[in-house]
Amino acid sequence: MGMIPARFDYKQAGSVAEALQLLASCDDAKLLAGGHSLVPLMKLRLVSPSTLIDISGIAELQEITDTGPVLRIGALTRHRVVERSKVVAQHVPLLAHVAALVGDPQVRNRGTIGGSLVHGDPAADLPSVALATGATMVVTGAGGERRVAAGDFFVDFLETAVGPDEILTAIEFPKRTGAGFGYEKFVRRSMDYAIVGVAVQAGDQPGIALVNMGSAPRRADAASRALASGAGVDAVAALAADGTNPPEDLNANADYRRHLASVLTKRALLAAGYR
Amino acid sequence: MSTIETHTTHVTVTVNGRQVSDEVEPRTLLVHFLREQARLTGTHVGCDSSNCGACTVLIDNEAAKSCTVLAVQANGHKVTTVEGVGNGSGGFSPVQEGFRQEHGLQCGYCTPGMIMASTALLVENPKPNEHEIREALEGNLCRCTGYETIVRAVQWASTNGGAGEWA
Repeated sequence: MGMIPARFDYKQAGSVAEALQLLASCDDAKLLAGGHSLVPLMKLRLVSPSTLIDISGIAELQEITDTGPVLRIGALTRHRVVERSKVVAQHVPLLAHVAALVGDPQVRNRGTIGGSLVHGDPAADLPSVALATGATMVVTGAGGERRVAAGDFFVDFLETAVGPDEILTAIEFPKRTGAGFGYEKFVRRSMDYAIVGVAVQAGDQPGIALVNMGSAPRRADAASRALASGAGVDAVAALAADGTNPPEDLNANADYRRHLASVLTKRALLAAGYR
Repeated sequence: MSTIETHTTHVTVTVNGRQVSDEVEPRTLLVHFLREQARLTGTHVGCDSSNCGACTVLIDNEAAKSCTVLAVQANGHKVTTVEGVGNGSGGFSPVQEGFRQEHGLQCGYCTPGMIMASTALLVENPKPNEHEIREALEGNLCRCTGYETIVRAVQWASTNGGAGEWA
């Protein structure tokens, strides 16, 4: 009865160093954080890792640190913590707003920001925040930390720049204190994945990013450039779907998704304070 | 078929105040651990894909969908199921009584999950408004009631004792 993952070995890592060692010593291992992207895939047997390395107990990856110019959020920080963090609401309000719209309360209690980002799902909410705000991913491997811009992080469907022996350890969000923002998510039921979503970050370095408009999360490049050069709301919104290759499914065909991208971009721009 | 040698893991979960321990395969889901090891069948498997919320339990007092949590992830933690929220002498918790008073169920399949998600809400927010109740229950699907009576059941509980107390 029921859907049960294929067999795997379970190991716990108490530190990043230990997790890296285990990753290097196990073939075909996956990291387990909150498990709310990975476990459903394992139950469907779309993924059958030989070993799960549980990193959820690593305390150093659960901290939110104000370093001055950026807010550094540990990869294991749960959505519910991000959603309720005063420092996130103050300095990266788009992130706090969108974290509260991920899934439903049960999912947000367990799911982590890092887990959502490394999953690389084009329909997920948080990649669009990383792209619109110009976040930087901190990826740790045997040789130490390297930094990857959000724009280079999302490679393709469920594929990111994190290598097989690496761990996403933190995300650095540049502060957008006091700047406007907007997020529009079109869904049939409130806890569903977006049919299309649009994130807008206003301010000195504005950005627009799209949810479920291609095989990977992506920035709306043409619209973002137009916004930065002072184009009006309608002109920017008209460019939202430029260069995209949206998926087709029973909810929407590609044309409808392009239409939604423009409409939602306009709404998100208005919410962010643009006129 | 892979030839991976897998091992069982010792899992101890405090379920409704009682320690439940067993050797289980790491792939054992918490909902199955609760139903088969703890023999508590109040927690239901619904969609089995973290959509419907019928399997909602509290892990350390926070609502979670136990079909999407491995039993090993609950190792060493406290889990509360619908069997654990009564008043301890066989009576209902205010939330359970609210579902009875306001007819918050018909077939009853979603009810254990609804009770647990509602209980988690009232632990954090004893006086939610209607919007907050609907937001808190967005991860729980009911095919019978149309949700109106469920919202009223939570409102009833909110004014008649709140989340209640449990181990």
